[in-house]
Amino acid sequence: MSVEALIDLLLHFASLSLLAIGGALGLAPEMRRYLVDEQQLMSGTAFTEAIVIAQAAPGPNILFVTLLGWQAGGAWGALATTVGLLLPSSLLTWWGARFKRQREDAPWVAAVRTGLSPIAIGLTAAAGWVVSAGNNGSDGRLWALGGAALLIVLRSRINMLWLILAGALAGILLEAG
Amino acid sequence: MASDPRPVPASLTQLFLVFSGLALRGFGGVLPWAQRVLVEERQWLTREEFLETLAFGQLLPGPNVCNVAIMVGDRWFGWRGAVTALSGMLAAPLALVLIAISLYGQVADAPLLRHALAGMGAVAGGLFMATAVKLALGARRQWRWLGFGLLAFLGLAVFRIPMAALMLGLAPVAIGAAVWAQRRQGTQSGQAAPSRTSSAQGQAPRDEDRS
Repeated sequence: MSVEALIDLLLHFASLSLLAIGGALGLAPEMRRYLVDEQQLMSGTAFTEAIVIAQAAPGPNILFVTLLGWQAGGAWGALATTVGLLLPSSLLTWWGARFKRQREDAPWVAAVRTGLSPIAIGLTAAAGWVVSAGNNGSDGRLWALGGAALLIVLRSRINMLWLILAGALAGILLEAG
Repeated sequence: MASDPRPVPASLTQLFLVFSGLALRGFGGVLPWAQRVLVEERQWLTREEFLETLAFGQLLPGPNVCNVAIMVGDRWFGWRGAVTALSGMLAAPLALVLIAISLYGQVADAPLLRHALAGMGAVAGGLFMATAVKLALGARRQWRWLGFGLLAFLGLAVFRIPMAALMLGLAPVAIGAAVWAQRRQGTQSGQAAPSRTSSAQGQAPRDEDRS
């Protein structure tokens, strides 16, 4: 990739950064339009691959943005998309957190806390629902597996990695049976 | 914070390693692990503090767990902590996904892998739901406010409203309701006994003070 193309990539992802409320996956259609259709930096298949791999691997889902950059322009491309997407929102978060902490006793901070905390719970539950629905589809056995994991985590202090491992084994056994 | 007996991260190195560790375990999502490690294992944050940090991180743009890392790191080590926690969360998983994408062509069609991933995905969904239930149990003193959580869940999961639109619509209403509740409490006889009314007010979720 030329330096101009890299800078363009960086700026485009930076322009998306502040739109990524609740995560960047919602911006995938716009990224696809830019990377695949407009700039023709990768195929549609390569685009989907990046998302699938980032979802399957451990770590923040945001890494799909890094993989998109990698597919588009190797290591420099990966750096451009990651820094572009994360820098503006991270600076805003850092500044916002300090702003709030210095006013910890202000009534509006208490109001923000009271109002937003329940929404955070709802969004976490919704994330669980969307992950489950996308993964499980109409397969009742997978829903049962997710339900079992939910109950076990609530009722024990088991290391959740065992549950993930059990899930992988169960997935294989369910299909083999 | 000097008088705070609670555990705090000992060094930037420890901060980096803890965030690397929780990110590397985050199959299908890091949030359940962030809650487990920061609140239950390390006890650097109470459940209420974690929830508040998460709520703020969701309101602001950027990936939630990355915003949580920035705020948690900044809390003890300033900007260096924010950078360290965020790098810790990204560095090791980044190496993994780069290896994965270079191997992907060879294993993408292996049915064994697809079935294993489907099972892991089902568990990951359950872990997110369990995290939501734990956070809700932590906030049960404010159960009336969980109505806003239900609205957020329905909007996002059932009606599939885009996240940004949902937050723009719901967050101001919820914060406005909290301001209204504060004012109403202010006009009533101040700090009365912890009745039903006062348990629904803004001050309830956080009783311990930080300097």
